Amino acid sequence: MAAAAYGLDFAAPARAQPLRVWALRAAIIAVLLAIWEIVARSGWLFQDVVPTLPVIARAVLRTLSDPAFYRNLKVTAGEIAAALVIGGTAGMVIGLMLGSSRFLSLAYEAFIHYVGPTPKIIFFPIMILWFGTGPGSKIAMGALSCFFPIVISVAAGMRQIAPVLVRVGRSFRASPWQMTRLVYLPAMRTPVVNGLRLGLGIAIIGTLLAETKLSNQGLGYLIIQSYATFDMPRMYALLIVLFVLAIGLNALLGRYAARDLSRPDMV
Amino acid sequence: MTLSGPAFRRFAAPALGLGTVIGAFAAVEGLIRAGVINRFVVPLPSQVLAAIPRIVAEESVPHRFWQTTQEALAASVLLVVVGIALGMLMFRFRLLRRACETSVAALASAPIVLMYPLFLVIFGRSGTTIVMIAFVAGLPPVILKTVEGLAGTRSVLLDVGRSFRLSKAQLFRKILLPAALPSIFVGLRVGLIFMLINIVGVEFLINFGGLGQLINELAERYDLPGTYGAILFVILASVLFFVVLERAEQWLLPRTA
Repeated sequence: MAAAAYGLDFAAPARAQPLRVWALRAAIIAVLLAIWEIVARSGWLFQDVVPTLPVIARAVLRTLSDPAFYRNLKVTAGEIAAALVIGGTAGMVIGLMLGSSRFLSLAYEAFIHYVGPTPKIIFFPIMILWFGTGPGSKIAMGALSCFFPIVISVAAGMRQIAPVLVRVGRSFRASPWQMTRLVYLPAMRTPVVNGLRLGLGIAIIGTLLAETKLSNQGLGYLIIQSYATFDMPRMYALLIVLFVLAIGLNALLGRYAARDLSRPDMV
Repeated sequence: MTLSGPAFRRFAAPALGLGTVIGAFAAVEGLIRAGVINRFVVPLPSQVLAAIPRIVAEESVPHRFWQTTQEALAASVLLVVVGIALGMLMFRFRLLRRACETSVAALASAPIVLMYPLFLVIFGRSGTTIVMIAFVAGLPPVILKTVEGLAGTRSVLLDVGRSFRLSKAQLFRKILLPAALPSIFVGLRVGLIFMLINIVGVEFLINFGGLGQLINELAERYDLPGTYGAILFVILASVLFFVVLERAEQWLLPRTA
């Protein structure tokens, strides 16, 4: 979740892995899968609660070939994108303001710092009242969730710009627009991309949780629907696909941030 | 006193922040009274404030608070014991660390709370579900920061320990652990924040347990001032929890570092 919103980033650098590491990874995965299969077949738990691996694999394939899945994925993706645009724009603007003024930061940043990590889903009843039971309230949930990490990273990113870069810009008599475009934004690209990455992760959570609570479309709806009809293989399949998508997106954006950091023309 | 002086900033900035919040509430109150905002969508802020004592008295808030606290305590114990132990294990066995660290980091950014229907199926609609989700969601930062802290111990400290011929256990207790504590505390703070978010969120989602359920119930009864009041109350309680965590971290560090 919002790890880097609190000044932490866990993206470990990729390095060459020797064979032994891969072997251990494969062994751990194999053991976990074997335990799962044993539990599923043992009858210790209700069989339907822990379906066997082939059943889950079939459900994943069925989900991936189901047009309804893509229809709902599109709804959710649209909601998340809208949430990211709204919450991200608000977060960028306010983050830039807080980052550029010590006074404003002293006045308002404490609120953002403390309200940021509170559970946002509890605002959902209010969002339903304000924006209705349709996609509006889900977008609002996503936007509200992703606003905070983006503000925090943008404000922090603005403050960590090396003063020498700003002085170079000034000594070239750069206009405010040139300063923003040529100095601030390039120097802040990594924190901004990281903020967006966290914002995306949290927007996914906010939007999907809202969908599980009250909706008639979207991935969250599909998940809670499979729960309600006790279609366990489908629920596992949806969760697996969702996790792969979320972790993949996050890794992709993380790569982008890391690559920018190493760009020689950035500094 | 100049406009940009530090003394001016120290008082004026928080005053501006607080003033903005109070001003916003007053503006909303005015707009509702003027009929610009529908009062069946946004209740009067004065009604919301008045609703807080009412819900505390009528909705057994102390009991709910205690329920949420119990869940939080159970999840915290699990987090501390399992998280730090796993971190130590990964530090002790380098191969394990290299094999697992990326996956744990990926989990830290994964939407774990979305698995709540799965936990519901396994543990039922009960406190156990809430505790287990909160525990799993808070686990990655604790593990990662424990490993990071232990691995970041300055080698000169370890050399000093070895030159005193400390045993492995002594080396761990007297040097590695104290050196790693600041990092472990950071991990614990983040893990505990995730834990609290998940506890309250899942309580709300599955309509079970303490404070989260209160919001759900009031919203379903369409008790608007009550719903807004309860949300405000939960936000304040969470903020209090974060402040206490921060203070605890600051208080513990100088004595151990």
